[in-house]
Amino acid sequence: MMEKKIQSDAYDVLKRSLRYETVFVLLIIAFCVITVLNINIGSVPISVKEIARIIFLQEGDPTQMKIVWNIRLPRIITAAVLGGGLSLSGFLLQTFFNNPIAGPFVLGISSGAKLTVALTMIYALQMTGKVSSLTLVLAAFVGAMISTGFILAVSSKLRNMSALLVAGIMIGYICSAITDFVVTFAEESDIVNLHNWSLGSFSGMDWNSVKMACIIVGIASVLAFLLSKSIGAYQLGENYARSMGVNVKLFRTALILLSSVLSATVTAFAGPISFVGIAVPHLMKRALNSSKPLVVIPACFLGGGVFCMFCDLIARTAFAPSELNISTVTSIFGAPVVIAIMIRRQKEKQ
Amino acid sequence: MGELYFKTKGLTVGYNGKPLIRDIEFGVERGEILTLIGPNGSGKSTILKSVTRQLKTIAGTVYLGEKDLQTIPLKEMAKQMSVVLTERMKPELMSCRDIVATGRHPYTGSLGILSKEDEAIVQESMESVHVLDLQNRDFNAISDGQRQRVLLARALCQQPEIILLDEPTSFLDIRHKLELLTLLRRLTKERGIAVIMSLHEIDLAQKVSDKVMCVKGDTIARYGTPETVFLEDVIRDLYEIENGSYDPLFGSIEMAAPAGDPEIFVLSNCGTGISVYRHLQMKGRAFAAGILSPDDMDYAVARHLASEVVETAPFEPFSKESIERAMQLVNSCRVVIDAGLTIGSTNEAMREILAEAERLGKLKRGKHHELR
Repeated sequence: MMEKKIQSDAYDVLKRSLRYETVFVLLIIAFCVITVLNINIGSVPISVKEIARIIFLQEGDPTQMKIVWNIRLPRIITAAVLGGGLSLSGFLLQTFFNNPIAGPFVLGISSGAKLTVALTMIYALQMTGKVSSLTLVLAAFVGAMISTGFILAVSSKLRNMSALLVAGIMIGYICSAITDFVVTFAEESDIVNLHNWSLGSFSGMDWNSVKMACIIVGIASVLAFLLSKSIGAYQLGENYARSMGVNVKLFRTALILLSSVLSATVTAFAGPISFVGIAVPHLMKRALNSSKPLVVIPACFLGGGVFCMFCDLIARTAFAPSELNISTVTSIFGAPVVIAIMIRRQKEKQ
Repeated sequence: MGELYFKTKGLTVGYNGKPLIRDIEFGVERGEILTLIGPNGSGKSTILKSVTRQLKTIAGTVYLGEKDLQTIPLKEMAKQMSVVLTERMKPELMSCRDIVATGRHPYTGSLGILSKEDEAIVQESMESVHVLDLQNRDFNAISDGQRQRVLLARALCQQPEIILLDEPTSFLDIRHKLELLTLLRRLTKERGIAVIMSLHEIDLAQKVSDKVMCVKGDTIARYGTPETVFLEDVIRDLYEIENGSYDPLFGSIEMAAPAGDPEIFVLSNCGTGISVYRHLQMKGRAFAAGILSPDDMDYAVARHLASEVVETAPFEPFSKESIERAMQLVNSCRVVIDAGLTIGSTNEAMREILAEAERLGKLKRGKHHELR
């Protein structure tokens, strides 16, 4: 009897790790397939064989090389990295607020970043005619922190989670309204860019921006991964975390800074993108059947990348040659997930 | 007396710098259970939060071993002290084993990966509180009683010297309350772990605690062994009991005696009267009870529920006074109930009282359900 019990436990452990492995293998396969599809499909279709030649041997038709190296590849990498960062940012915020529907978009953090980026762009374009991507990231970070500050102030007064979300959505609306106002009255030819950006898109990234995005998101994600252990303790609640030796104040600060850096970076480069931050972490946790940060964080990053690349592919190709903005596509897939979470939560309460 | 492992000196606790309770001084040895009792909102939780550094203390010192608790790094503290809190945790997709394993947090490396040894300790902790069969169940899907035991296993898994529990028996039914307290008792004895907890059930607190602290108002109302704390007036004052009484012998609570002059006289002994008393109390009928000596268990209950108890000395024939008083009551009461008397050589006089009641046509025999 006892032996049987131990065997079944060992079996459970095995089943669990097998599940983790399966999820990661599937994610990696999806990642590869979508990457190839993304390079392959477009106004100029490029065969897989050509793609391999262009990327690995750096030879082939010059136009095609240009398309791959200057347009499609940067865009794919951007979508992957920013998507990963966005989804991770959502996971960190959900941990922080202990709320599965918290995310940079619904809490108004993306919109705050959008506002400051728009202001900076207009101001800088009027003054000097150009802006560096680092300036934009910094501006976005400032905006994200202002929104976050608001949300924190509200959350100290409102313990009710849905009230917090409503407050976040309102902050988002206010920021968007001001952004629209500013964009409408700024009569610059470059405003077309600004307008496109403010709707959200992964297009038009040069290699410098890609590098910058990779570095910032990369560092922030690694730091977030290193916080795994504390996140695991914090999932039991603030007081339990403290009783296990977590410096809660420091940890909360780190959490909010990292999630702000991540969502600010994404917003600076690609504009506000909705629902990725909620939908992807939720789907990953369900797929892994675990909320262990040690597996959920890498899965969120990978899953966010895959999800955004997939949505970008649809945005590019669904109504080609005109492009959808990325939020349109992420909302279609992401919003139902949020509704599903809420229904599920309600059921669990009963 | 052993050495105090955990103690406070001149501790003042409160919220936002406002003192709530002052001059708290207590201590526990290894293997001892200290229980905090007191009315709701009296500050039991505030004290527990303060001595676990969830809440800033206002004045005074808490000592863990020889050291001032404030000077011990959080991680070191976590290796010596663990907690079971009242707050409902709602972890997502975590099995009971996952929950218990979080107790290894202070011991694992920077990524929190469990070693073979850690796994063994998790296993052992779950075994010792009998929750191993729950290990793969979702923590949100188990019962309250199971949940408390899993949380206790988690606290044990932290390998502490002391465990603090805030109202660990709330939400539990009587079986699970007993189970949990029995476990705590066993763990303190077997492993020399000190326990500080708050309880609402004073009857159970009396039976499991080595020391008891009464929290009320802005000071500690009383602190000491159960024998010095569980006294009728101490408990009455502590909880401001007005509509009932507390019996220190059994730790039981009785409702208040019906007001007025007795209209019914209950004759009983050897515990036969208790159910009749309770029935009459429920109906709100004032009654007298007798003739009882303090060694009779009927006496312990009659004392609280009857308007009058006719008393006599134990192991002696009934005193003259008691027989006289009983006769008066037979005359003045409307009904006399024989609840099942045993008559022997020391209470022969009872026959006369029964005969008098019979003569007056007031005597009824039997238990309450046969009475009107």
